Amino acid sequence: MNTTMSAWVDAHGALLLCILGSVLATLLPKVLPVTFLRGDSLPALLRHWLSFVPVAVMAALVGPDVLFYEGRFNIGASNLFLVVSLPALLVAWWGRNYFATIAFGIGLVILARWLGWY
Amino acid sequence: MSSSVTASPATEGLRRALPIVLGYVPVGFAFGVLAVKNHIPPSLAVAMAVLMFSGSGQFVFASLWGAGAGILSVTAAVFIVNLRYLLMSAAESPWLARLPRGRRFLLGLGLTDETFAVHITALQGGWPLSPATMFICNSTTHLAWVTGCAVGAFCGELVNDVRPLGLDYALTAMFLALLVPQCVSRLHVLVALFTAVLSIALKAAGMSQWNVAVATVLGASLGVLLLHIRRGPGLNTPDAAGGNEARPAQSASPEVRP
Repeated sequence: MNTTMSAWVDAHGALLLCILGSVLATLLPKVLPVTFLRGDSLPALLRHWLSFVPVAVMAALVGPDVLFYEGRFNIGASNLFLVVSLPALLVAWWGRNYFATIAFGIGLVILARWLGWY
Repeated sequence: MSSSVTASPATEGLRRALPIVLGYVPVGFAFGVLAVKNHIPPSLAVAMAVLMFSGSGQFVFASLWGAGAGILSVTAAVFIVNLRYLLMSAAESPWLARLPRGRRFLLGLGLTDETFAVHITALQGGWPLSPATMFICNSTTHLAWVTGCAVGAFCGELVNDVRPLGLDYALTAMFLALLVPQCVSRLHVLVALFTAVLSIALKAAGMSQWNVAVATVLGASLGVLLLHIRRGPGLNTPDAAGGNEARPAQSASPEVRP
């Protein structure tokens, strides 16, 4: 048992180290600011700056999600996610209903694929 | 998202988790399949899902590892992709300032793009700060992520194409649904458009590990810059534009309302 264990560790030593490094590179950015920043006494300028982070980070994430379809930049009608996202944005804007927007978007994707358009 | 402020922490936590779970299971599945293809044993792929809980970080790891990159370059790439967590974690800190440090640490561990987005939107929408709700949501989505990764890693060949279920669009739809209520003023709409276009352009230019962090830093900076240049009525107070922006507890920020 011990020899198979150490053989396994030997075989995957580099991978284990790499995972350890990547776990640190992931968890430290997640926990350090919220654990150690005194969020209620930050300078006003920084607090204003941070108040724009949610809208900015969501836009930065969703923009490429919509315009890169199947790994490629695509602003044509062959980009299903772009075609679906335009009416989904309208539903989000007018309906102001979180679950309705998600159901509408997923529903359109299912429909388009079921009809064989995409 | 503020229809029933009286819901129990468990109900509200699960409600917040639901669309994220729909998206995480298939994306986690895809990671499991990719990891095994890139010479990562299934057990370690699952360990990564448990310990990292980061979609983009894990995908970067698997593709670089498969391409034969060294330990330092994989770790550095993962760190660069995860720079945005620094920003999100800092942006959450004013809202969580009242909690003891241990709880803030615990909630920080469960931070992902998606959990950050739902929690911050709920807090801005007036939901009371509830660590139990946040923790239940984070744990449920983490479990879904690990489950998806495990199924993909151990029995990826058993499951057929999930695309007909439309779930590869679930997280995008969720971000659209959360981004729109963020746009509480023309200034916020401008920041959103600027940041989205910049992020797309950076990714198209090949900066696919930097694009989110760089675009977010520049987008938030543009917002502050315009806010301070034009302190006229309507621009400096998002709530004056008909928004529902609630300030973090204990920061009555008089400087925003001259």
